[in-house]
Amino acid sequence: MASDEFILERLDAILHYKVSDAIMDESKKKLIDYNANVHEFTEAEVEIIANDIVLEYDKARVDPGEPVGTVSAQSLGEPGTQMTLNTFHYAGVAEINVTLGLPRIIEIVDVRKDPSTPVMTIALDEENKYSRDNAIMVARRIEGTTVENVARQTALDVINTEFHVYLDSERIEDAGLVMEDIIKKLKKVKAIERIRYDEDENTIIMSLGDISLFKLRRFSQKIKILPLKGIKGIERAMIKKEGDEYFVYTEGSNFADVLEIPGVDYKLAMTNNIYEIYEVLGIEAARNSIIEEIQNVLDEQGLEVDRRHIMLLADAMCLEGDIQQIGRHGITGEKASVLARASFEVTTGHLLEAAREGEKDRLTGVTENVIVGQPIPLGTGTVDLVMKVIDEDNKEA
Amino acid sequence: MNEEEILIFGPPKKIKEISFGVLSPDNIRKISVKNIVQADTYDDEGYPINGGLMDPKLGVIDPGLKCHTCNSKFGECQGHFGHIELARPVVHVGYAKEVYDILRSTCRECSRVLVPEERILYYEEKLKEDGVRTGMRQTIISELINESAKKKGVLKDNKCPHCGTEQIKIKFEKPTSYKEGDKKLTPADVRERMENISDRETALLGWNPNASRPEWAILTVLPVSPVTVRPSITLESGIRSEDDLTHKLVDIIRINQRLRENLDAGAPQLIVEDLWELLQYHVTTYFDNEVSGVPPARHRSGRVLKTLTQRLKGKEGRFRNNLSGKRVDFSARTVISPDPNISINEVGVPKFIAMELTIPERVTGKNIERLRKLVVSGSDTYPGANYIIRYDGMRKRVTDITRDILAEEIEVGYIVERHLLDGDIVLFNRQPSLHRLSIMAHEVRVMPYRTFRLNLCVCPPYNADFDGDEMNMHVPQTEEAQAEARILMRVQEQIISPRYGEPVIGGSQDYLSGAYLLTKKTTKFAREQVDQMLYVSSINTDLPEPIIIEDGVPYWTGKQLFSLLLPPDLNIAYKSKVCKKCDVCEGKKCRHDCYVLIENGKLISGVIDGSTFKARSTCKLLDKLVKDYDTDVGRKFLDSVTCLVLWSNGILGFSTGIDDEDIPKEGLDVINKVLNEGKEKVDKLIGSYNEGYLEPLPGRSVEETLESKIMQALAEARDKAGSIAERYLGMNRGAVVMAKTGAKGNMLDITQMSASLGQMSVRGNRLHRGYMKRSLSSFIQDDVNADARGFVSSSYKKGLNPKEFFFHAMGGREGLVDTAVRTAQSGYMQRRLMNALQDMSVSYNGTVCTNDGVVAQFIYGEDGIDPAKSTYGKAVDIDWIIHKNLYQNKEAE
Repeated sequence: MASDEFILERLDAILHYKVSDAIMDESKKKLIDYNANVHEFTEAEVEIIANDIVLEYDKARVDPGEPVGTVSAQSLGEPGTQMTLNTFHYAGVAEINVTLGLPRIIEIVDVRKDPSTPVMTIALDEENKYSRDNAIMVARRIEGTTVENVARQTALDVINTEFHVYLDSERIEDAGLVMEDIIKKLKKVKAIERIRYDEDENTIIMSLGDISLFKLRRFSQKIKILPLKGIKGIERAMIKKEGDEYFVYTEGSNFADVLEIPGVDYKLAMTNNIYEIYEVLGIEAARNSIIEEIQNVLDEQGLEVDRRHIMLLADAMCLEGDIQQIGRHGITGEKASVLARASFEVTTGHLLEAAREGEKDRLTGVTENVIVGQPIPLGTGTVDLVMKVIDEDNKEA
Repeated sequence: MNEEEILIFGPPKKIKEISFGVLSPDNIRKISVKNIVQADTYDDEGYPINGGLMDPKLGVIDPGLKCHTCNSKFGECQGHFGHIELARPVVHVGYAKEVYDILRSTCRECSRVLVPEERILYYEEKLKEDGVRTGMRQTIISELINESAKKKGVLKDNKCPHCGTEQIKIKFEKPTSYKEGDKKLTPADVRERMENISDRETALLGWNPNASRPEWAILTVLPVSPVTVRPSITLESGIRSEDDLTHKLVDIIRINQRLRENLDAGAPQLIVEDLWELLQYHVTTYFDNEVSGVPPARHRSGRVLKTLTQRLKGKEGRFRNNLSGKRVDFSARTVISPDPNISINEVGVPKFIAMELTIPERVTGKNIERLRKLVVSGSDTYPGANYIIRYDGMRKRVTDITRDILAEEIEVGYIVERHLLDGDIVLFNRQPSLHRLSIMAHEVRVMPYRTFRLNLCVCPPYNADFDGDEMNMHVPQTEEAQAEARILMRVQEQIISPRYGEPVIGGSQDYLSGAYLLTKKTTKFAREQVDQMLYVSSINTDLPEPIIIEDGVPYWTGKQLFSLLLPPDLNIAYKSKVCKKCDVCEGKKCRHDCYVLIENGKLISGVIDGSTFKARSTCKLLDKLVKDYDTDVGRKFLDSVTCLVLWSNGILGFSTGIDDEDIPKEGLDVINKVLNEGKEKVDKLIGSYNEGYLEPLPGRSVEETLESKIMQALAEARDKAGSIAERYLGMNRGAVVMAKTGAKGNMLDITQMSASLGQMSVRGNRLHRGYMKRSLSSFIQDDVNADARGFVSSSYKKGLNPKEFFFHAMGGREGLVDTAVRTAQSGYMQRRLMNALQDMSVSYNGTVCTNDGVVAQFIYGEDGIDPAKSTYGKAVDIDWIIHKNLYQNKEAE
């Protein structure tokens, strides 16, 4: 009968350095579980199973020369035809829409700095995560509030060149603001000559002096979007309970600033804006984020793609230390081979540049070798052996 | 390359590198074989004019003539360059921007870069550092150019730091002229300035002195491309039609001549400048006819000329159409049709094609008799041969007249190009080739008629059907290629997809529903039927003991027959697809016979369906057969199971009809009630909205809230109606069998047929557009009721009323538009992905490297496992290993 210690010891001895950590952990867990619940192993059985795991692991290894890049590209590209276009879906909270499907994947590989639907999922620290009120407080700190947000209505008084903002007390309270704050903020705006607060009407009246109607309109627009509080770029923040913890979900993203808000658990705050993650947390985090985001889209569409393919894509994008785009201004544009670049896009541009720089194409890639009609250096083409031909005349030698 | 060639020429040569550079005027003259002066091409007799654009020294384009330069025949001479001496220099459009950069960053007097010496040293250092990444280089260079540019605030006192000359701002007037202050700089002036820049400083400005000098961007001599590059075509009427490039060159020569004459005659400045500009225009459009700001040169008919840049650029350009992708010989294309009786490894090739495409086979002592026979039968009878090739490479066609002589002639060492035979390996492809499984190697099976035949199990990877699809076939010509195809690309090696580690080749449609019927508990077959079934599925084992004996007549169950396809040592248990997902699984005693248990290769319980061998899904059995046994075992299983099921289907019969969707009246009543309740709920919601009671959801307006609540209510109603319908839909209905076994469709489709279609949508919203504030003119404005916004309560079987039908069409159209847009978008994305990732491969040391040797991953996928060999993405299936070993032990005991 094999004891748990025996199983662990044997697995450690036999699997060590031969299989990945994940498999090692899984083996230990599964074997002990099995031993306890289903069938008691004999020691010989444990040996056999452990050796079998190593054997199977070796069988599943990639072969040298395997064109993993191509396979990744195909595995990610082929399901693209099956993806739905422009699906908006709900991320966690029903109120927030997120771009998914093919447009999102394209957004990710394009490394767009302003994704179409940036959202954040912000975890709260110990102090705040169990209390609804505290969570709302944090959300208010995060949510950007503009004049427009607290206004019931706005109006232009063309004759007196005045701009009227009819305030909504409820909304002001919701946003955690006080009247004085709003007026203080507005006073900082240079263009406003005088500010009056009409308590009966609960209205702020701003005189803008002697300006043209056109300018009046423009100013009123500017004042409408004047931020009163909160973080720039975050349009809405709401809370949602998951398990017994509260989370703040936002529409719009500003990773760097949110991390500094008191009450936010900066270790668990997340955004879907990959470029922000790169800027704040660095390239390793960006790589993980790329993998997660792509995986997320594929899962949502019910498409199965092995994680390794996505990893390779992410690694290729992060290879140089910053995030490179898949395309002309990124990986392909930086290729060493002139012919590879020329055959992708802006053909003549690359040829002219190559001539000016006196570039040399070493023909190490796939496209270049296809162009000149040589075997490609992948798979069976990796092998450089040339068989020596036996010269019939000098056979003896 | 064959052995003899290697003996003669040595081992195959490899192109090591290609260098790029700009041609200097001297070089252009050096490679030129003729100074072209005549603007004409052919004289009245049709002979090329000496010194004209079709000069015989420039190469041959007519068969039968010989090149006056190299004396080779048509097809052998690749052509020779000529040149035109330009009367005045002109700017090369491609470098116009670079010339501007140089002009504005160098001194007008001393031609030195307008930064102090120490900055020059700094930039030199910096360029050396980052020499590898081209993008980086360009940024550094443009940094320098911006620092030295003649702009206010950049240059101190606006004076050259070297000679102190005051600088004047240079203006670039696109596309090809420059102004210094108000004075126009002629290309000649520009050239002069650039000649004086030292090599050291041109390098700083991005011109590698070993390959190019900036002044070469101002052309004084224009190379004339060989005639082979711009052949004239003779039309049927005998009229010659010249290539676009020739037309353009004619223009250039003509203007060049006029300019020269005017210069010689001492014409006024104005006229010279006009002609000079015209020459610039023609040279510009000769290089690129799509320069912005330049009207494109046109043919007399008004067609825009296709000049040098246009030839290279884009999808139809030289690069993508002729260099990255090439046309090939030994290929065939025809319509495909199904044949379940051939192996998945095979492809049925029409005899016509087999007689046209050949395989070169070298004559040896062992095959000489066989090949001789093939040559004797000639090229018109199958099997035969089309050509023989002598040692010296002489190729002889096998004809009716020559075939006997040639058959006598062949001896060891000859090559015979014989017709395709059964068992030859060929590549088979269907476009779009989105993944590597779109090209697989099949074994030839020569067949009558005119279509390619393929086994239905290989349809999924090709995404093929038989509604007129065509596919391509390629015949690998060398033994090396054939061996690679057979070992690496054969269909059976591709059963597991590299995308997710599950089978992409496997049963679909009738095979799944058929397998269900075959292995159902009630299915039994008499001896005669069993014999037939085993015969067609080429099962050659002893018949097991019959389980059922009725009135002395033995009967075999479908499970018994299916067991014959399994390896005798297979032990596996899993749930079948029809599993009802009971709360407590009863295991092999499952009431619905959904627990598949195979012990020692015998199917003990459970029905066989989608979860056993359906393509593109998690199929437990096929997966294990391929991974645990051998691809050969997997292939044989598929080959046999298709035949077996097909035959059993023939015996048992399987059908679906409109009565599959019948629901008894009381059922329909309940469904209608449910749907009406849903609509009433909507009415209530609208009522409370109108009265202002509706509470908005956080962050949403009242209208949005109403809309989402309505959608929720209607979706719920439809789901309820569907599940009510499902209660009446048992496994005795064909359609349900298809849906449940994974053969075709799903339960939603059936409930749509029998109960209700539900909400039609466009862009995820209910239908609302069309007329002003209403979807159809038969509703009042702002009606947000269920019916007015595209809720279809009818079923397909009942039929749709006109409004519903129209709404349905609206939803349907969105689907069509979506598909069209998506293909374009995802196609481009895949091209980009491909280009970005294609050079990455696993090295011998296990790292993943790019072709530049940059390590992308130290170990592939963090564990070095090939997804195609993994078990659902995991390196090893530990449960399976435990299971397997325990079973083996049990047996030993």
